[in-house]
Amino acid sequence: MVQFTLPKNSRITTGKTWPKPTGAKNVRKFSIYRWTPDDGATPRVDTYFVDMDTCGPMVLDALIKIKNEIDPTLSFRRSCREGICGSCAMNIDGINTLACIYGMDEIKGDVKIYPLPHMPVVRDLIPDLTHFYAQHASIMPWLETKTNRPAKEWRQSIEDRAKLDGLYECVMCASCSTACPSYWWNGDKYLGPAALLHAYRWIIDSRDEATGERLDDLEDPFKLYRCHTIMNCTKTCPKGLNPAKAISEIKKMMVERTV
Amino acid sequence: MRYLTARKRAEGKGAAHTGTEHHWYMTVSGVGLALIVPIFLYIFGSALGGSREEVLATFAHPAVAILTGLVLFVGLEHFRKGAQTMLEDYSRGAMRKVLIISVTVLSYGLTATGLFALAKIAI
Repeated sequence: MVQFTLPKNSRITTGKTWPKPTGAKNVRKFSIYRWTPDDGATPRVDTYFVDMDTCGPMVLDALIKIKNEIDPTLSFRRSCREGICGSCAMNIDGINTLACIYGMDEIKGDVKIYPLPHMPVVRDLIPDLTHFYAQHASIMPWLETKTNRPAKEWRQSIEDRAKLDGLYECVMCASCSTACPSYWWNGDKYLGPAALLHAYRWIIDSRDEATGERLDDLEDPFKLYRCHTIMNCTKTCPKGLNPAKAISEIKKMMVERTV
Repeated sequence: MRYLTARKRAEGKGAAHTGTEHHWYMTVSGVGLALIVPIFLYIFGSALGGSREEVLATFAHPAVAILTGLVLFVGLEHFRKGAQTMLEDYSRGAMRKVLIISVTVLSYGLTATGLFALAKIAI
C-alpha cells in the first residue's frame, strides 16, 4: 500500500529559535524546515524573526535576508528573482509557489516554509528533482519533424501560434506536480501535470510531425490516466497556467482517434 | 543500488498503449448512469412499502425490468472499473493484482446474482 504516514526518520521536530533582531519594531516570525544529510538527525523546524522594515516584500527577500544576516547554513535554490527560472519553488503557507513572486502581504500570521511536498530532500528547502526532469525529457520536449528542413524556417500561422499561449510559459518549477495527489502516490510512473502540459505543448504545435508517436507514448493507464482532474495543479500554478486543461485536451485527442 | 539512469527510471517499460477505452467507457457510462439511476431510484422508492405482489408486479413490467437490468449491468461495470482505478492508485505489487481480481469477482458476482433475481421476477 502507499505510505500515508511519514517514516520515523522523516518526522519533524522543533528546532532552534533564533533571537529577535534588537531594536526592530516590525518583526515577523518565520518557521522554516531544516534538514541536512550530514548529521543523521531528523528534520526540524527552525524559527527566525525578520525585521520587516529592512526587508523586501517577497518571501525570497526574507529568505535571502535570513541567510545573509542570521543563519548562513540555510539552503534554498534561487536565481532570477522574477518568476522566470522556477528555481525557488517551495511550499509557503501551505501553497506550492515561487518564493520570488509570493508577497508576504498575502500571508496571514507566521510564515511557514517547507520544501515541495512528497519529493526527496537534498537539504533544507532543496528537493531532488532528478526524476521530475527525466520525466520532462521523456516526453521529447523539442520539435520533431520528418519533412526536409525548409530553406528559411518552419512557418506557423498566427492562429496556430496562439494555441501555444498558456503552455510555453511553464518554467518547470514543479509546483503543480508536487501538489498532485496522484503524483504523490504514483510519481514513479505518472508523468505529472508539468510534463503532460509540456507534452501537450508539442502535440498541439502545428509544426511538429510526431503527433501520433507522442500520443502513442502517452497512452498508458499510469503515464496519462492517473490524472483524476483533482485540479490542485491549476490552483497552485504560480504562473497562472492550467495543466489540468492541457491534460484533458490530451485525453480528448486520445478519444478522438479511437471513437 | 541498481545504477539505473534517471531517464531509464522515467521511461520504465514504456507505454502500455491502453487506457483510452477505459477512460471513454467511464465517461459514457457515467453520463448513462446519471440519466437512468434517478429514474430507477424513483421507481424503487415508489415500490417501497408495497406488498410483495405489488413489488413483484412493478419489477416484472418490461420497461422497469430492462431499466433495472441496465442499472445493474452498467452500474456494476462502472463500479468495477472505478474500483480498479482506485486500487491502482493506492496499492502496490502483488497486493494490487489480488485486490483487482477480488473486486472483479465481486462485481461480476453481484451482476450475475442481480440479473438472475431480476429474470426470476420478470420472466
